[in-house]
Amino acid sequence: MLEQAIIAIIKVAVVLFAILTACAYIVWLERKLVARMQVRLGPTRVGPFGLLQPLADAIKLFTKEEIIVEQANKWLYLVAPLLAFIPAFITFAVIPFGDTVTLFGREVELLISDFNVGILFILGVTSLGVYGVVLAGWSSNSKYSLLGSLRSAAQMISYEISLGLSVIGVLLLAGSLSLVDIVKAQGSVSEWFIWKQPVGFFLYLISAFAETNRAPFDLPEAETELVAGYFTEYSSMKFAMFTIAEYANMVTVAALATTLFLGGWQGPFLPPVVWFLVKVMFFIFLYIWVRATLPRFRYDQLMRFGWLVLLPVGLVNVLVTALAVL
Amino acid sequence: MEMAVFLGAGFVALVSAILVFTQKNPVASVVFLVVTLAAQAVLFLLLNAPFVAALQIIVYAGAIMVLFLFVVMLLNLGRDEFGPEKRKFIRPLAVVFALVLVLEVLAIFKTGLLDQARLTYHLDFTGDFGTVAGVGLLLFTRYLYPFEITSVLLLAALLGTVILAKKLPGRKGEL
Repeated sequence: MLEQAIIAIIKVAVVLFAILTACAYIVWLERKLVARMQVRLGPTRVGPFGLLQPLADAIKLFTKEEIIVEQANKWLYLVAPLLAFIPAFITFAVIPFGDTVTLFGREVELLISDFNVGILFILGVTSLGVYGVVLAGWSSNSKYSLLGSLRSAAQMISYEISLGLSVIGVLLLAGSLSLVDIVKAQGSVSEWFIWKQPVGFFLYLISAFAETNRAPFDLPEAETELVAGYFTEYSSMKFAMFTIAEYANMVTVAALATTLFLGGWQGPFLPPVVWFLVKVMFFIFLYIWVRATLPRFRYDQLMRFGWLVLLPVGLVNVLVTALAVL
Repeated sequence: MEMAVFLGAGFVALVSAILVFTQKNPVASVVFLVVTLAAQAVLFLLLNAPFVAALQIIVYAGAIMVLFLFVVMLLNLGRDEFGPEKRKFIRPLAVVFALVLVLEVLAIFKTGLLDQARLTYHLDFTGDFGTVAGVGLLLFTRYLYPFEITSVLLLAALLGTVILAKKLPGRKGEL
């Protein structure tokens, strides 16, 4: 009992540390890659290749002045970053990132918890992330923040539906809601669900981009219109918490895509954890690539696309998959 | 361990439920309602009903309450709307309803209606109660008609809202 608890705590600590580091270095990677794609150099000053830039940024953010807007609803203003931050990390509790390994003579499963409705857990927790965004915008008592948060909330609710629909195809094929079972159902490369669910995969990918407020769906923080959207009025660590939450959400969505469509941690030759990281990094790279390539949608285009294109396609995909499974 | 989780979740649920109506600020009320619903999800988990717990979070805490929050925010309900003069006739009514509720709860526990209901509906909180398979099976067998009728009702409500929100040519500028 105690031993299990200690193992669980160690796993949580390791995963938390890994994601926080990953978030910091995804910011670095994004700046570097986007710079290269635009024929610039990106960060080069701090450390070799600018590798210590995230550390410098962290120190800067910690030491910046903490500003609380005079007219803000103080209580909600302080809680909002936490409400965005915490759900972004809780989702990792059910994502399997490796096979069972033997460490120090003990068998350790490389996931925090095998929850038998894992996928619903993730959908539920991510839907709670909306509160951070909405409350941040409302409590700041600023027009830009409010508009940004309303946009983002409407966008997240709309695309959550097609995200859910895109996942149903995979659930029907795997016959389980547990992410461990879904990974096990994709034993070899030819059994990856991306081949049987190509429509579902692209539906998932597009909805996931919109869910995480990333380009080309980054309207909530369209700087030309809204300054910085819902976190315009936030400074120092509270600002950083929103940014970290955004990047953690990207990692979640990438890890979920890996688990649902690309066979999770499974793959030939390399150890499972490495495969998992490679696949997740592929999606992160895709995020950055798309950001450097595509311009932003207009708001009405975004809504029309979500409701009139993705939703019907998702419904048809579920119907066809259900018929095929029957 | 289970007892500790139960007491913790129950305490959070009760306290935030009380805070829902003691808050002057409607947005804070909505936030506490979300906390109550999330704590209830934990209670469902303790009943071995993970699917119901997940639905509680997705549907109530995640979807319905966001819409509540939207309405409260967009109508910009201030503190004035809940001023003392509007509460005058509510207070006696509240006392009456509270009494009725307490009597009902007492009656259910005293007369053993709860056990009777459990027997008639074969409610047993073990096995596949509250799992995906269990809930799905019940929805498509015993509760098929209520389930389908509810969906028609929701569709009707949806269409009604669309028609209400749509600007008809005859009533320009009314909304």
